[in-house]
Amino acid sequence: MNEWLIGAALAFVVLSATAAVLTRDPARQAVVLSALGLGLAVLFAVLQAPDVALSQLAVGSALTPLLILLSVRKVSRRPSGTDHRESGGGKEEG
Amino acid sequence: MGIWPYLAAGWVLLVALYGLVTSHNLIHAIGCLAVAQSSTYLLLLAVGYRRGGTAPVYSDLTPGTRPVVDPVVQALALTDVVVGATVTALLLALTIQLRKRHHTVDPQALTGLKG
Amino acid sequence: MTARTRLIMFLAAAAVIAGFFAAACSRLPPFGTPDHPYAARAVAAALAHRTANTVASVNFDIRAFDTLGEESILFGTVLGATLLLRRARDERHRRAEAERVMPTTRLFGTLLLPVTLVVGVYIVAHGQLSPGGGFQGGVVLATALHLAYVAADYRALKRLRPLTFLDVADSLAAASFTLVGLAGLVAGGAFLENVLPLGTFNQITSGGTVPVLNAAVGIEVASGLIALLAHFLDQAVELTDPDQHETGGD
Repeated sequence: MNEWLIGAALAFVVLSATAAVLTRDPARQAVVLSALGLGLAVLFAVLQAPDVALSQLAVGSALTPLLILLSVRKVSRRPSGTDHRESGGGKEEG
Repeated sequence: MGIWPYLAAGWVLLVALYGLVTSHNLIHAIGCLAVAQSSTYLLLLAVGYRRGGTAPVYSDLTPGTRPVVDPVVQALALTDVVVGATVTALLLALTIQLRKRHHTVDPQALTGLKG
Repeated sequence: MTARTRLIMFLAAAAVIAGFFAAACSRLPPFGTPDHPYAARAVAAALAHRTANTVASVNFDIRAFDTLGEESILFGTVLGATLLLRRARDERHRRAEAERVMPTTRLFGTLLLPVTLVVGVYIVAHGQLSPGGGFQGGVVLATALHLAYVAADYRALKRLRPLTFLDVADSLAAASFTLVGLAGLVAGGAFLENVLPLGTFNQITSGGTVPVLNAAVGIEVASGLIALLAHFLDQAVELTDPDQHETGGD
């Protein structure tokens, strides 16, 4: 039973990590990274590492994506956007 | 499960490095670096796992009754998660500064040093 | 170097790394092996120091010197980001405006903010007993404060966030880790040796220096991350370059 859970969580982590790398738009990547963080937290929990899972849950699924979104908002606020579309104003970190 | 978890960690590292090499946006590259960091947690915790083991917390477990997984690798991964996030923040701060000075976040467009 | 050459060079290097990595993995003990020599020793050492959470014992007792390095990295990166994200001479400061929030969101945030703060303190304080500790609890505390932004607006968050105080708390917490280490030397032991009374197993006061170091790291992580997020939020919300136009909000 536990083996299956580990296998499923591991597969999800591998897939979402690949998806996070292949998502070229940073604002979208932040969302995929958030899903990856959540998947890693579940994997660490089934690997019997609750301390790391707790850490990963707070950092990987909230803090890192938030920092990336804030940077995207700061960086993409410019007249001649080069290669990234506007991520929209407002409170995207809500 | 054999060595599959170790190979999964290796795959995550290599795919993240691929993203770093081909990235056209420094923020995307930093996201890839965060993925590369997570491969180290994967490898560490996979090495420390023990079949049938439980978490190494003895607040509701009598010592010696059940095998536990390796706490040493967990301690390594745990501090790394938080410190890794602050390193990501430092790199993002550098990117914001770079954008202010050179008006681009594309590493391929940064040809030389400007004053 | 063109993008194509770079990609070819990377693929060649990746093939080599993949080959050697796979070969190395095949000689590792298989996943789930019952043979963990370090685990047995770490558990014995943690129980000898009456710390129920072995991971906390490894972090703050057995390998406390390593954690000192980790928290120094944390302190250094917060310092570096603060320097990098300071307000440049040519940037304009635009005060954040008051924003309207849905009443349900406001209620949710107002109710959840104190609860999350208490949970954060609980996680820090019980680090030596249950999963958690200074690193995790500190992150929970730092993110909890930002519920004020979700529930109200940026001005409410700024009122809740005494940055000067937090900067001082960050430095003091970083310094106190070293001071606890020096206390070990003064007491006649080694640097960062666990010299405090060990207490009763599975009580909140058990573990000697482990809860003290946990609290120091908790304060440092919380205040450091709040300061870090503050600079990012200032950059994203309040500071604008003179040549930039607000094109967001489409």
